[in-house]
Amino acid sequence: MTSATPAPTTVPESTVPDSTVPEAAAAAFAAPAGGHRGEPVGSKSHTDGAWHEMPVQTRSERYASADVGDFDDPSGHEVDWKLTPIKLVADLISGPLDGSPYDVTASPVDGFTLSWIDRTDDRFGSAGLPEDKASANAWSSVDQALAIDVTGESPSAEFVVARSGLGTVARGAHTVITAAANSRGLVILENSGDARLTENVEIVVRDGAELTVVSVQEWNDSAVHLASHFAQVGRDATLRHVVVSLGGSVVRVNPSIHLSSTGSNTEAYGLYFADAGQHLEQRVYIDHEAENSRSRVKYKGALQGEGAHSVWVGDVLIRQTANGTDSYEENRNLVLSEGTRADSIPNLEIETGNILGAGHASSTGRFDDEQLFYLQSRGISEEEARRLVVRGFLAEIIQKIGSDAVEERLTRAVEAELVDAVAGFAADGAAEGAVA
Amino acid sequence: MSVLEIKDLHVSVDTELGSKQILRGVNLIIEQGQTHAIMGPNGSGKSTLAYAIAGHPKYHVTSGSILLDGEEMTTLSVDARARAGLFLAMQYPVEIPGVTVTNFLRTAKTAIDGSAPPLRGWIKDVKSSMSALRMDSTFAERNVNEGFSGGEKKRNEILQLELLKPKFAVLDETDSGLDVDALKIVSEGVNRAKSNTDLGVLLITHYNRILRYITPDFVHVFVAGQVVESGGPELAVQLENEGYDEYVKASAAAAAAIASAEAADAAVTSAAAPAVNA
Ligand SMILES: Nc1ncnc2c1ncn2[C@@H]1O[C@H](COP(=O)(O)OP(=O)(O)OP(=O)(O)O)[C@@H](O)[C@H]1O
Ligand SMILES: [Mg+2]
Repeated sequence: MTSATPAPTTVPESTVPDSTVPEAAAAAFAAPAGGHRGEPVGSKSHTDGAWHEMPVQTRSERYASADVGDFDDPSGHEVDWKLTPIKLVADLISGPLDGSPYDVTASPVDGFTLSWIDRTDDRFGSAGLPEDKASANAWSSVDQALAIDVTGESPSAEFVVARSGLGTVARGAHTVITAAANSRGLVILENSGDARLTENVEIVVRDGAELTVVSVQEWNDSAVHLASHFAQVGRDATLRHVVVSLGGSVVRVNPSIHLSSTGSNTEAYGLYFADAGQHLEQRVYIDHEAENSRSRVKYKGALQGEGAHSVWVGDVLIRQTANGTDSYEENRNLVLSEGTRADSIPNLEIETGNILGAGHASSTGRFDDEQLFYLQSRGISEEEARRLVVRGFLAEIIQKIGSDAVEERLTRAVEAELVDAVAGFAADGAAEGAVA
Repeated sequence: MSVLEIKDLHVSVDTELGSKQILRGVNLIIEQGQTHAIMGPNGSGKSTLAYAIAGHPKYHVTSGSILLDGEEMTTLSVDARARAGLFLAMQYPVEIPGVTVTNFLRTAKTAIDGSAPPLRGWIKDVKSSMSALRMDSTFAERNVNEGFSGGEKKRNEILQLELLKPKFAVLDETDSGLDVDALKIVSEGVNRAKSNTDLGVLLITHYNRILRYITPDFVHVFVAGQVVESGGPELAVQLENEGYDEYVKASAAAAAAIASAEAADAAVTSAAAPAVNA
């Protein structure tokens, strides 16, 4: 039997039709600033160029199952695990998990309801299926899921659901967020304290709804967190999805967003700040299934300190059915010190030629000494200058969230990271001064 | 009265091939309210002098001093020099993504004054300086220098000069890339700063045309890392007509004489050098 569907291909960067956004604007941190002769401000940390290595398996063919027994234990060489410190999370991938409900804090807000539902409930499994063993392990471990239902129509209504101190025993969890047709709202998932957690978060945005989901990881230093987010976006609906990862030892949040209805739209943003020894990973998958679907992906991260590691993988699949797709993804990393590693891997698979645009950009740049000099030459101290530059770099993402309260809170959280990071610089500076 | 004194300044720059000597004994005394123009061929070290005064980390003062009212600047950090009253309008101003002009100006003003400026007066000052420099008010909310044209970047430098009110300003080719109207606007900005705060100016330029708007008290010819001639405004006219050839030749001859003298000392120098480096 022959198929009319052409084989999916992974398109190398140079042949991607890029009609949406010019790459030039992108180079802000990679390019030497101004014309002053200085040492080139290039990429210092490791960046994995996607177009050199085809994925072993195209995204459209990746296996999915709810049954943990269907997955082999990963060896660490698999395309979706090879950049993760797998030894540190082995218990979450295949060990026993406590899947019982836990404490959540949420003040009631009109238009939102919070409840624990049985896994036999229709909402459970309504947005997707696990694609890796850690996700399947969590899926199998729970009898109940936390359900957040959005029915209100006020675009500025915000519902904060906080978890703190999930303990140090390996646990699984499951959350289902459902936005009713034409509803509006903002759901903020706040994570802090201890955790050894693998979880699934399902997000269903029904026709005409506009939902923002912000997941904020401000865990304790030793926390480990693996999360798979599955989203289905309905007809003419919009999902704004924001991942903010600041605290934790290993944090891996992988959103898969399926644009499965005509006119579905998503904006996926991310912000991370990896400190010494921290591993922050995000694998974003945008699946354009329906006509006239649109996606924008933008993740920005700062890295500071020995062993700080970030991973961003952006898979965009434009299926043959997705005529009129408009897609752009981008990842920017700002490297603040030696000893860090930023992996940045965009992948585009395009199965139809009939699209509005598909493009990507990725850069990893060192902190720009000329910017620092410029600010200092106006009387601003080195510490404050560094803070201004990093804050400016990350602010772009915070400003996309669309909630003053959340933006303010995240600005403060980033500020706190910066104070720590800048204390590190000051120490470096003092050491250099002493040697010279 | 304030004085900026540059004494026998020697400066080297870090390059890929190692350290390179650029300034070879610069002497200048600039008093408050005075304007000194520096003219010289490409690569003679004018920007190096500007950066050395501001304290750019790539430029190392190997000997000599920069004194502001008797206080040694060369040992101070870049920001401390700015707070002491020095300002550099850069030849190539840098873009700062994500930092708005408003935020930047307020942060700088607060740092220079040691406390935040009273809000109402400050906003008024910013507005009136911007309008005097014909900068649209939308610039306030744009990121510093990001997407600014060459001329807009230069105006933004002068805006900072007016608002931060330094004692001495080094203007490194502020006139380059400006059309006639912009040149006038920018020059007026400098002249306002001069009359309002009795600013001392070290003005680096290749062209006489800016000197028609900003009248120099002294003109210095800069060749091969040194001031080789000083005079009044008439010297600028002469340079524009005759070029630097004569000065370059004289300086090359002098350098050759020094080189042969140094060769004679080579044995001594090479023996001493490793000990110094180690
Ligand atoms: N960062 C640097 N790295 C390498 N060489 C440098 C650096 N800065 C300056 N130089 C060299 O020092 C010399 C003087 O440069 P400088 O920029 O001071 O000249 P200038 O007089 O300002 O020239 P122009 O009129 O072209 O602006 C040149 O030979 C230049 O190549
Ligand atoms: Mg120059």
